[in-house]
Amino acid sequence: MQAFTQLNGLVAPLDRANVDTDAIIPKQFLKSIKRSGFGVNAFDEWRYLDHGEPGMDNSKRQINPDFVLNQARYKSASILLTRENFGCGSSREHAPWALEDFGFKVIIASSYADIFYNNCFKNGMLPIVLSADIVDTLFNQVAATPNYKLQVDLAAQTVSTPSGETFSFSVDAFRKHCLLNGLDDIGLTMQHQDKIKAFESRHQQAQPWLYN
Amino acid sequence: MAKTLYDKLFDSHVVHEENGAALIYIDRHLVHEVTSPQAFEGLRLANRKPWRVGSIVATADHNTPTNGWDKGLAGIADPVARLQIETLTENIAEFGAKAYFPFMDARQGIVHVVGPEQGATLPGMTVVCGDSHTSTHGAFGALAHGIGTSEVEHVMATQCLVQKKSKAMQVLVEGQLNPTVTAKDVALAIIGKTGTAGGNGYAIEFAGSAIRGLSMEGRMTLCNMAIEAGARAGMVAVDDTTIKYIKGRPYAPKADQWDAAVAYWRSLQSDTGAQFDLVVRLQAEDIKPQVTWGTSPEMVVAIDGRVPSLDLAKNAVQKADWERAYAYMGLQPNTPIKEIRIDKVFIGSCTNSRIEDLRAAAAVAKGKRVAANVKLALVVPGSGLVKAQAEQEGLDKVFSEAGFEWRQPGCSMCLAMNADRLEVGERCASTSNRNFEGRQGQGGRTHLVSPAMAAAAAIAGHFVDVSQV
Repeated sequence: MQAFTQLNGLVAPLDRANVDTDAIIPKQFLKSIKRSGFGVNAFDEWRYLDHGEPGMDNSKRQINPDFVLNQARYKSASILLTRENFGCGSSREHAPWALEDFGFKVIIASSYADIFYNNCFKNGMLPIVLSADIVDTLFNQVAATPNYKLQVDLAAQTVSTPSGETFSFSVDAFRKHCLLNGLDDIGLTMQHQDKIKAFESRHQQAQPWLYN
Repeated sequence: MAKTLYDKLFDSHVVHEENGAALIYIDRHLVHEVTSPQAFEGLRLANRKPWRVGSIVATADHNTPTNGWDKGLAGIADPVARLQIETLTENIAEFGAKAYFPFMDARQGIVHVVGPEQGATLPGMTVVCGDSHTSTHGAFGALAHGIGTSEVEHVMATQCLVQKKSKAMQVLVEGQLNPTVTAKDVALAIIGKTGTAGGNGYAIEFAGSAIRGLSMEGRMTLCNMAIEAGARAGMVAVDDTTIKYIKGRPYAPKADQWDAAVAYWRSLQSDTGAQFDLVVRLQAEDIKPQVTWGTSPEMVVAIDGRVPSLDLAKNAVQKADWERAYAYMGLQPNTPIKEIRIDKVFIGSCTNSRIEDLRAAAAVAKGKRVAANVKLALVVPGSGLVKAQAEQEGLDKVFSEAGFEWRQPGCSMCLAMNADRLEVGERCASTSNRNFEGRQGQGGRTHLVSPAMAAAAAIAGHFVDVSQV
């Protein structure tokens, strides 16, 4: 996994609450057996006016000019600013894969659905929780400021605005450690294989029917 | 100290703790074709093997067609879908599993119907699957939740997951449900109260006399929808209903282990005086049949209600959400729910495709006809075994005679990965779990209801109170 430490990135605003993973990457693209290539279909039903299917030449499709991420000023955005309960619904990891492939490394919202939140960390992405009031402030600043960028520092757990305001965020110590160092957690867990084996043997003795 | 059911399930699976994160052991790993190929590929690339093949139970469900089975795999018109189903078969052949029910096997079906039906889901287990509706299995007093594909690979390789303990919520439903009110209505009423983000960060235990009165099918429906309340896991304590359901199933403990298993399972309840971080209360008698009106399961009202007007929105964000929902759903505020006419009906999904659900829908449909304005009314059993049972009871004939289509098992139009879907602007009464934009087909409009309410809407051509049919 790629490490994440700091980012000074352009912010794109997606002003909706409860954005679900079906919206982030519609089901027809889940038929792929690969992990890559989902970015061109991120937010497919909002982003294009025609119906998308896997294997289409997306450069020839009709773009929805009203969809915010299609606006030229947000083209190279790497930070997605959005509202509460982002990533609700399906557990599909294709959602963070699509966002990451689209170019987002950081998401800022007032809350996330649990499975999506967890999936982001497995893909070198940082989902940041800030209060609804701060998120509101950031939405206003993005709207008012062309080329609005935020400075994100994972080690310091801060988000800084161009005018110098700094907001702190919380992140679980283990996730932070893995993300800062780009650690593969299967490798980390395998360091505990003796403990897993010991647990398993106790567990089997106590509940042998689980091992039939 | 008095422990909650969640505490007991979590604590009994901790292998190691460090930095506030626990490594928890996973007993059952359910696998389907959509979220597993990248995980198997990851194992292959890292030259890893599954830690315990005996924990894996797999089936194909999301992509499988519900008709045209006479042509076999060749009947799957979409080559991308066919490849994914074939890839699962190849991966299971290479890596192994305790049980695999491939496409068209007599026991194939929706993974959350098949697991319990086979006795592969047992009380006290930790159960995971690359599917958010894994919360279903919590109905058995198990700790069950959905995971992403990276975690599917992690569980395969290590039999463990890195977890932070959630907060505990208790949803207490006391009293007696009205006869036409089902577990689905209870689930929707709870989500209407908590909101879809209300359960974020929590594991929910459903308790109270109305919950104890539910069958296992009903409890599965309820726990299935815990994720729509934002909680990764939902659960119900073990009682006689649980134990009776499990006895005699193919992968249930055999005679020599049965008594010991039951003795342990009976301890799987919250202790008296156990503390929850949050308690939500509902009175059973107050719950009416529910119908969602918008594009999130929290946008729900009782059948005698109306599409809410904007002045009822709690803040500006919700107001904007509702305005988008009115436009997408093609509905005006204050429209009575009973005046909403439908184009299609879907009875199925991991929420409502079990035998009890099909019986409830058939009881309403018996001797009636699907209304002329309803273009398609689909009944998709949750598994091959549910289908066989329903046919033995003659339910297939009841549905066919009433004008419903009786299909082969699978996820079908719950998420429309196969050919069953809504067209732009079509409105559907659906027994599934999500009414998100585009969920059942791009531009499709979904209203979530119970099986009896879906059947009643099919007959009337619009939503009606099933107690008045």
